[in-house]
Amino acid sequence: MMPPEDRTPLEQRSDELTPMDRLLDDHAGPMVRPYVMTSGRIEPTRGKFDLITLVVAVGPEPEGAIGLGPEHLEIMRLCQAVLSVAELTGHLNLPVATVRVLLGDLLDKGFVSMQEPEPEADMHDIRLYKAVIDGLRAL
Amino acid sequence: MVSGRSDRARRLPTAVKIVIAGGFGVGKTTMVGTVSETAPLRTEELLTDESVGVDDISGVEAKTTTTVAMDFGRITMRNEYVLYLFGTPGQERFWFMWDEVSLGALGAVVLADTRRLSDCFPSVDYFERRNTPFVVAVNCFEGSQKYDLAEIQMALNLGPKVPVMLCDARNLESCKEVLIDLVIHAMKSRGLVDPEPQNA
Repeated sequence: MMPPEDRTPLEQRSDELTPMDRLLDDHAGPMVRPYVMTSGRIEPTRGKFDLITLVVAVGPEPEGAIGLGPEHLEIMRLCQAVLSVAELTGHLNLPVATVRVLLGDLLDKGFVSMQEPEPEADMHDIRLYKAVIDGLRAL
Repeated sequence: MVSGRSDRARRLPTAVKIVIAGGFGVGKTTMVGTVSETAPLRTEELLTDESVGVDDISGVEAKTTTTVAMDFGRITMRNEYVLYLFGTPGQERFWFMWDEVSLGALGAVVLADTRRLSDCFPSVDYFERRNTPFVVAVNCFEGSQKYDLAEIQMALNLGPKVPVMLCDARNLESCKEVLIDLVIHAMKSRGLVDPEPQNA
């Protein structure tokens, strides 16, 4: 997405690069793999975190709280306003599964609060439909 | 309450979602962008070894990492609701993503292009099978032949209750109309009374 800083075509540069350097350029992807950020975990300790589960930070951003990585702190910063799990993944540019694990940690420590969406079986509240129609008309 | 501190937190709104489906390049992302209050965002799911066996990604080698992307937008409503619109991933083989995004959805819009009507068959099949309320919106591309809506209804083998309409995915008023029609249709399909009698 972002243009590389060095605009010299890769073919020209590659002569000067060692094989190791070539492995570390932008094409190799992020330096930190997603599972490193989650310490290898693939499931959150708590919460299901649907794509539209809404999350908000409880209290201010903790400064260097023990056990929190930079990604956790970034989530806390973003969640000062109410955001969905999907929005968080979009802003963080991280896979959904990674964000879920990180959110589980924050929920565990009581740093975030969340609101799960209505399950499909509960889609019988007429107020929901009326509110959505009104909201759409107001656009 | 799941969170220990949630009692002290402010009351959070409830999120609802609508799925925008259809073939590749039919205007899903355009529609999401037209109605979204923010620039559409993209969420990515990584398919790695763990997905194998759980999700059918036959043909993908075990060590391969594949990214499936979904574009989505947001509309904040009064009355404590937030509406999210999700464009389904173009490739129908990523069904598990469809499942995730369709579960609990208020309904779906299947976008169709009359020049490639068959592209929307998988979406129609999918929502019919899941019993997700959906409407078919024919995105009017310039130069596309105008069809009679009844003809499209027949060509897609849709039941008489599935609304079919024309739309312009770039036009806000047109997209609003499609979404409102979908919500009314969803309400009827779930046996809820229409809040306002329709003219028709």
